[in-house]
Amino acid sequence: MTDVDNTVEVEEDEGAGVEYLTFVLADELYGVNILEVQEIRGWEQVTRIPNSPHYVKGVINLRGTIVPIMDLRLRFNLEAEEYTKETVVIVVRTTDRRGEQRSIGLVVDAVSDVLVAREEHIVGTPEFGANVPTENITGLVTDDENMVMLLDVSSLLEADCDTDQGEAA
Amino acid sequence: MSFDMAQFHQVFFEESFEGLDVMESGLLGMDPGAADSEEINAIFRAAHSIKGGSGTFGFSDVSNFTHVMETLLDEMRDGRREVTADAVNVLLQSVDVLREMLIAARDGGSADEERVKEQSAELERVLADKDGSGAVAADVAASEPVEAAQPEAEAEAEVEPIGWKIVFRPHQHLMRTGNDPLRIIRELGELGELTSTCDVSDLPSLEELEPEDSYLSWDLRLIGAIEKTQIDEIFEWVEDDCDFAVIPILPEGFDATQAAAAPAQQAQPDQPAAPAVQAAPPPVERRQAERRASGSDRRQGNDRRQASGSAASSSIRVDIHKIDALINMVGELVITQSMLGMLGNDFDMSRVERLREGLTQLERHTRELQESVMGIRMVPISFSFSRFPRLVHDLSTKLGKKIELKMSGENTEVDKTVIEKIGDPLVHLVRNSLDHGIETPEERVAAGKPETGTVYLGASHRGGNIVIEIRDDGRGLPRDKILNKAIERGLVKAEDNLSDKDVYDLIFQPGFSTAEQVSDVSGRGVGMDVVRRNINELGGAIEIESTPGEGSAIIVRLPLTLAILDGQTIRIGKEIYIVPLVSIIESIQIDESMLSTVAGKGETFKLRDEYLPIVRMHEAFGIQEHDAHKLTDGILVVVEGEGRKCGLFVDDLLGQQQVVIKSLEANYRKVDGISGATILGDGSVALIIDIPGLMRLAKNGGGRGRPHLALTA
Repeated sequence: MTDVDNTVEVEEDEGAGVEYLTFVLADELYGVNILEVQEIRGWEQVTRIPNSPHYVKGVINLRGTIVPIMDLRLRFNLEAEEYTKETVVIVVRTTDRRGEQRSIGLVVDAVSDVLVAREEHIVGTPEFGANVPTENITGLVTDDENMVMLLDVSSLLEADCDTDQGEAA
Repeated sequence: MSFDMAQFHQVFFEESFEGLDVMESGLLGMDPGAADSEEINAIFRAAHSIKGGSGTFGFSDVSNFTHVMETLLDEMRDGRREVTADAVNVLLQSVDVLREMLIAARDGGSADEERVKEQSAELERVLADKDGSGAVAADVAASEPVEAAQPEAEAEAEVEPIGWKIVFRPHQHLMRTGNDPLRIIRELGELGELTSTCDVSDLPSLEELEPEDSYLSWDLRLIGAIEKTQIDEIFEWVEDDCDFAVIPILPEGFDATQAAAAPAQQAQPDQPAAPAVQAAPPPVERRQAERRASGSDRRQGNDRRQASGSAASSSIRVDIHKIDALINMVGELVITQSMLGMLGNDFDMSRVERLREGLTQLERHTRELQESVMGIRMVPISFSFSRFPRLVHDLSTKLGKKIELKMSGENTEVDKTVIEKIGDPLVHLVRNSLDHGIETPEERVAAGKPETGTVYLGASHRGGNIVIEIRDDGRGLPRDKILNKAIERGLVKAEDNLSDKDVYDLIFQPGFSTAEQVSDVSGRGVGMDVVRRNINELGGAIEIESTPGEGSAIIVRLPLTLAILDGQTIRIGKEIYIVPLVSIIESIQIDESMLSTVAGKGETFKLRDEYLPIVRMHEAFGIQEHDAHKLTDGILVVVEGEGRKCGLFVDDLLGQQQVVIKSLEANYRKVDGISGATILGDGSVALIIDIPGLMRLAKNGGGRGRPHLALTA
């Protein structure tokens, strides 16, 4: 019983906040819903997929499942970076629009922190026009004076793993 | 207590379709006049299970219909009725109707009422067709009044009962099973207005009374607009532990005896003899015994059949022996693991030999385990074959031919997915054999052959593949006709010197038919392209052999499973791919003299008397680093897909191995030229090449206008 009470208190403390795992990408902070994060791994050799967009690095074997790995820097047209031992792959699992669970690994520079964002603190993404792609950002939130872009993983999946369009190879 | 019956629907439908198959094959095997009682028993039990199940689940139209079939079968079983060809035929048609009804019920639709009515009338006609049987049935009905009421209740028909009379006699041990008569009566009380009369006559004296036994029985009257299924549902859990009967109470003007006759009369007003027949039900107690018997029979059946053949279902029934073997093997694996664990705790070089042993053991167990796990998906091909006796039976009658079907290797096991997908192509091929291959009896006699033609359907394992053969002793393929047709359509030139095999291959061309008139059965060639495509999709191949006047054979080769394939690992630069072994014809190193170009660009090589295009894999897949630049440096893997051949230019061949196929689409998407992925020994991923897809990719220059994919040097 006490356990249950505690949980309730915690939830009340934090209001309707959602926890986000934040990570760094070329000095920018991004966040993904922590419930969608399956695991965090180091960079490992991938198997290239022929005729795929340049930001899809390939696939890895994740305990018997074939998981694609996407370089988020390249995905967002940021400058490419050499992979090192410190390069981090965040494996996220989310439900696509057909209701099926899919996993994808995102290559990022470093994992930063866990951030609790309340609905009322999340603000909309400003419009930048076609030059700055914002379709995968659901909103912005401020954390210690830093701006964090909240990433919509399922839209990333849909754009890159589901259709035959959107290839920039 | 509300109870969601829907969760059992799938099992019910699976079992019912299985039951239908049993009925069908039983009926086909029945010799009119000399029926084997075991056979009829099996058919009866299958019908009975379907009736019981459909009643429980509220598919009253199905149970009503089955009831009539059951009555007919019951009489045959008891020898009260002769087994006539007519009766068997009507029963066979009824099985079809029943199947339609069940499919409709499963998909939430409703069956074609007209057809059901017509078929019911047919059954009633057969039922009424025998004198004497009615009298016997009436006797049974009269001697056991309580039980006799059962079928009327099921055949409620259009007279709406105002309520139900329920006789509830718990067996002595009822309460020991955790059931409580009081709870059941209370539940009944929730359905409508309930009055009860308790029968205490069985109550023993106090000294003899076992407090945990039940001695009471009840006559209940339940008034209200209640479905019989609602009542059945309440008794569901206790039906084997009590006698119960549900009798409709009909509105004024109907008494109990009338009620017994009414539904049957309505079903067939012009057959006055039938109602009594209709009222011949198997008594309750006998029914229970049968239910038990059919239960064990089903289990026996499972050993043979293992899984449901229903294509729509996603579950699989597995032979218990396979599961036992699996559990054993896991046990072995755990022992090996703990042995290796102990070695690892305290290891020095003196024990390296022991480690080696352990690892060998581990390898063996793992391999066995893998094979067994794969075996779970394997079901006998009889699931696919079982429909053919019926097909041949019906079709030969329709075509006016005498045809005998011989089958062999029905127990050959194939992956369930393969079974599901091979069905339609096989039907097509068998129909072709019947329609075009086998001649009419007159023609056969004129050609000096026996009047009855033979179609042979066989399955066997051959070198890691399953081979299905459809062979007939008919007239064979008309080589000249096919060739003329092909020349007419511009597929080949008259001066081409084609081998027999090449000519026969022509019938796989889309829309190719040599039938002068396309019959409603088939036109040889029509749809053969589809057959080949389906078989190719399964990773298989199809071949034709034919001797004019002696018959033809179609040989289908399929992989045993879709989950594992035999692959050739190839290397291009640092990348490793798997080419399915079944697509590979040969691998060769070529020299300059074999090479030529078409239009200055398209590279081809001459393999014996064919010119085949070359696909440079590093170009098709955009691989930057690769070793072999000159065609003579690398290796050409000659592959075939969808009837076309080409040479894949790769750096090196590595080895052959079985690979477990993993989906790339589950987390990513379909990639052109790639059919899936697998995990190599070192844990890395290798992609499996989809040969037909790759050929399309190369042909279209990459499909999306990527310049580096063009088929140019």
